[in-house]
Amino acid sequence: MKPAGGLRPRLVKRLLPSRRIRVAVRLIALLGAFAVAGIFLQATGRGAGAVYRAMWTGSFGSPYGQAQTILAAIPLIFTALAVAVAFRMLLWNIGAEGQFYIGAFGATAVAYSAPDWPRWLLLAAMVVGGLVGGALWGLIPGALRAFFGTNEIVPTLLLNYVAILLVDYMVNGPWTDPATLGFPLGKPFSESAILPLVGNTAIHSGIYLALAAALSVSMVLSRTAWGYKIKVIGSNARAASYAGFSIPRNMVAVMLLSGALAGLGGMVEVSGVVHKIQANISPGFGYTGIIVATLARFSPIYLVPMAVLFGALVVSGTELQTLGLPSDIVLMLQGVILFFALAGELFVNYRLVWRAGTVSDHPSTPAPVSNRAADLEQAG
Amino acid sequence: MPRGGAPVTSAIELRGIVKRFPGVVANSNIDLELRHGEVHALLGENGAGKSTLMSVLAGIYQPDAGSILIDGEPIALRSPRDAIQAGIAMVHQHFRLVKPFTVAENVLLGARTSWLLSPGRLEAEVADLAQQAGLKASPSARIWQLSVGEQQRVEILKALYRKARVLILDEPTAVLTPQEAEALFVTLRSMAADGRTVVFVSHKLSEVMSVADRITVLRGGKHVGTLETASTDEHRLAHLMVGRDIAFESARAPGEAGEIVLRVDDLHALSDLGLPAVRGASLSVRAGEILGLAGVAGNGQRELAEALAGTRPPTRGRIELYGADLTRASARRRIEAGLAYVPEDRLGTGLVGAMDATANVMLKSLSKHRRGPLLDYRSAARRTKDLVEQFGIKMSSLDAPVRLMSGGNLQKLLLARELSSSPRVVIAAHPTAGLDVGATEAVHELLLEQRASGVGILLISEDLDELLMLSDRIAVMYEGEIAGEVSADDADLERIGLMMGGTGADAPPMAAGGG
Amino acid sequence: MSSELIITIFVAGIAAGTTLVFAAVGEIIAERSGVLNLGVEGMMLAGAVTGFLVNRQVRAPWLGVAAGISAGATLALLLAVLVVSFKANQVVTGLALVIFAIGMTGYLGESVVGVPPPVTFNRIALPGLSDIPVLGRIFFVQDALVYLSYVLVPATWWILFRTRTGLNLRSVGESPETADAAGLSVTGTRYAAVVIGGAFAGLAGAYLSLARAPSWVPNMTAGRGWIAIALVIFATWSPLRAALGGYLFGSVEALGFRLQTVGLEVSTFFIAMMPYLFTIVVLVLISRGSVQRRLAAPSALGNAYLREER
Repeated sequence: MKPAGGLRPRLVKRLLPSRRIRVAVRLIALLGAFAVAGIFLQATGRGAGAVYRAMWTGSFGSPYGQAQTILAAIPLIFTALAVAVAFRMLLWNIGAEGQFYIGAFGATAVAYSAPDWPRWLLLAAMVVGGLVGGALWGLIPGALRAFFGTNEIVPTLLLNYVAILLVDYMVNGPWTDPATLGFPLGKPFSESAILPLVGNTAIHSGIYLALAAALSVSMVLSRTAWGYKIKVIGSNARAASYAGFSIPRNMVAVMLLSGALAGLGGMVEVSGVVHKIQANISPGFGYTGIIVATLARFSPIYLVPMAVLFGALVVSGTELQTLGLPSDIVLMLQGVILFFALAGELFVNYRLVWRAGTVSDHPSTPAPVSNRAADLEQAG
Repeated sequence: MPRGGAPVTSAIELRGIVKRFPGVVANSNIDLELRHGEVHALLGENGAGKSTLMSVLAGIYQPDAGSILIDGEPIALRSPRDAIQAGIAMVHQHFRLVKPFTVAENVLLGARTSWLLSPGRLEAEVADLAQQAGLKASPSARIWQLSVGEQQRVEILKALYRKARVLILDEPTAVLTPQEAEALFVTLRSMAADGRTVVFVSHKLSEVMSVADRITVLRGGKHVGTLETASTDEHRLAHLMVGRDIAFESARAPGEAGEIVLRVDDLHALSDLGLPAVRGASLSVRAGEILGLAGVAGNGQRELAEALAGTRPPTRGRIELYGADLTRASARRRIEAGLAYVPEDRLGTGLVGAMDATANVMLKSLSKHRRGPLLDYRSAARRTKDLVEQFGIKMSSLDAPVRLMSGGNLQKLLLARELSSSPRVVIAAHPTAGLDVGATEAVHELLLEQRASGVGILLISEDLDELLMLSDRIAVMYEGEIAGEVSADDADLERIGLMMGGTGADAPPMAAGGG
Repeated sequence: MSSELIITIFVAGIAAGTTLVFAAVGEIIAERSGVLNLGVEGMMLAGAVTGFLVNRQVRAPWLGVAAGISAGATLALLLAVLVVSFKANQVVTGLALVIFAIGMTGYLGESVVGVPPPVTFNRIALPGLSDIPVLGRIFFVQDALVYLSYVLVPATWWILFRTRTGLNLRSVGESPETADAAGLSVTGTRYAAVVIGGAFAGLAGAYLSLARAPSWVPNMTAGRGWIAIALVIFATWSPLRAALGGYLFGSVEALGFRLQTVGLEVSTFFIAMMPYLFTIVVLVLISRGSVQRRLAAPSALGNAYLREER
């Protein structure tokens, strides 16, 4: 049917949203976001063309940019995994940023206390430090939710500020490098605390950890009894407790895993990229991870390419800065992409149909745009 | 269409109404004529399209085809507001009331009165009408403090306040005791006597016969006949409604009840809001018998069932299964001890709508379908296939999310899973709610089979006919306590009704509650 | 000495708390209509940067405030389109809005970081009232925006609970089906509530950049939007209790900085953590919720409404 006079649009729910439409909506969202942001840049006198060109060069458009993109994708894979794991149980972990910082904190504590250990041993210990740090930071809101019923959204977020302040304190005090004359930087790591590079590329071996983490999380979620349990809890908590699954215990377990993943991201970042602890080790990896996970529909596998895409966005911000343009453009763009994707979700779940009103010979009422949609209503 | 001798005028005419939902034609070309001053029953079993048709008339659904005429004039009802303005009011099965608001606030919601709310005046405004609607509660009472029957009166009061000329009631007696239902009929008759049109939607033959002037029967979304009540009988209506003859008598074979398998002693539990919901309930179920639990919705039945199943912690009391104390046991341990539970909301508790049939079948037997930490999906799929065949469950495919299945098939899947675990005690809460006659009969047969094989069954239901047909004994729950118990053989509807209304089994019978 | 210290803490606490009060009252309006607006932090940032920029251009702080209000309302309109009309998930949408706003405000305010504003709001002692012992000095030697909050908070309470507008708004948040069946517009009400809520958040932001700490620093709200959301739960969705809670939270913030001045040896980083930790502790304490608290939460909070969907 085609729209015509007297017909008006209504939304009808799709019983099973198709994958093709989902992909199409994502693509349109991406293009739409760049278009809208372009108009905004033009309007504020920056020249969208120049900005986008610089972003391209800084990310996919040059060998250096490509390596940087992959390097930025690695922490994003970890934080997005953290978000995705928690969301399996319908928990919003918007504290991946803080867990990332505390993971870096834990790994750094190990690196500074045993700098002379053999590389493999020290790196393994740093991995443990990162996992434990992140897990503890995830445990706090997880346990509060599980045992006191405190909604996790605000605590996970506020703990980000606490984590960042804690690291700030360390790099301004106990861990500060006297050589930097008061800058918030820690002492450089010893050689054995640094992740080796992959071949003769600029990419560190943390990428193996990231891919292994994505694969293992995917396996655990889809193939194990525990993965099944947390999926049931996330889909229908009443059914889960009816089946005898302990919701508090699994909630704590999921938040431990979620935090540990983000914490490992922090370890990989300090050991692979920064080679020391410092303030601002993350340009918002935890927040971008939420966007990455959401756009990948919380799939541990699909979030990997999505992390590469957003890794490119993140590093293109650095390129903008070197050209004297504010890197905030990139953050703004991330928000706009998510807006478009969220709006597009409506068309994934609903079908727009055109149809006549109740009685067409009733001209006094104008045809409004209707939001009414029908579910599978079993009439009674 | 038969007509009476007196001149009649139609208040509302629905012509050729069609309403489709994805995969279902809920209303297929339905005509309906409603007259001034009549109580018109809309009869049909669950899924016949009654509620959909009335939602179209109330402006909630937009029909795909057809027209609506009020006093002969075509009208477009694009929203509930249009319907209110046209004088049509609907009392839904799930009341449209704001729970934290007072009665007066609910009545005046959306009405055009002064912008300032001065509490005293609001209440004065509705006080007179409240009496007419048979509401006993104060207009300043909050809705959540009222009984379900009183809440229904508030809905009627809302309709009166809005000067509704057509009042639609969707399954209004489902939540009432028989005495409250009688009182409601009196109110409805007097409203019709004032010249209003009352539409009474129901699937209960006896009620329809006792309250309606005319009866329209729907079946499978189609109009199958409109009859004068005076010139028809229950058998004829039943035949029209179902399309075949149905049995009215009890299907229960006499049986030998064995030892006590489930004993509940002075059990207490809280509601979701943290208020006492089960307040000292005691009962026992024997092997090979069905104990029916009657009661008006919201008297603690759901909380009792959940406390038994282990998903709601009891605050006091004792639960014994085969003599073993399970009061503090986890849901897991109770399942292992042989307790099966068919919860009232299939998709809300019993099944996971977003998952496929296999994932739902292994929900409570995860230990049987795993190898180490890994899931053994294949063995679960095999078992699902067997159950689907054995229980005659229809579904489009084994991998489709179960939320796409019909209510009857969902219930069969749920029962198949619960009963195939060879339970010793089954708690079945409203197992036939929302099912059509065929599916209801199938569920009844399954329960009776279990009874015959020695399983103890606690059957919670609001449908007294169902309880009388299946149960060996019937206990009545009122305000969280067991108000009394009768054996099914000498059960009488009036006595059960009084207990449901809070008039104790031994207390002298009082006048029926409600105006 | 010590009573003097307590008074200074409360004076600073009122000022610090006023930002939270504005933001929390706005959030209450939105949540009472059933929309969980998690974008408050972003709307506050938008209000802060716009207010600052406009004041810098036109040298009129009240125009800055007006601009901040409109900026918050505009972002709120965007949120409303997504969650009310497009039925998008309210949690992700709010987060997206915050991320977007951090980027946008950073971009817009780039040139004015650390630049002092030409004019700001100054403290005015209210004649008569400021002479009341103790309380007068705490409450009535403040800036004009604090006095504005003294008017807006009770006014909001009054509209919510004593007028038909408030009744309609609350019914939409409690039971949209009922409101719809009563002929009220669920969509219209939610749009209005979210936009007005956003205006309050914008005002909260403008208060920060024009009165409380007259300057623009990227991300200067530092989580206050999230604290305001916690404050709404603490206040059981009542503007009056939100004001009390706001001053309490504000005093905790002020307390930390006063402790330093009396020579307590605590790192500034730990002092800066206090408001966040305090908020989490309060959230935990109140989540062992009473019946009253559970009844107070709008029942339809966070749910999109579609008439033909059940």
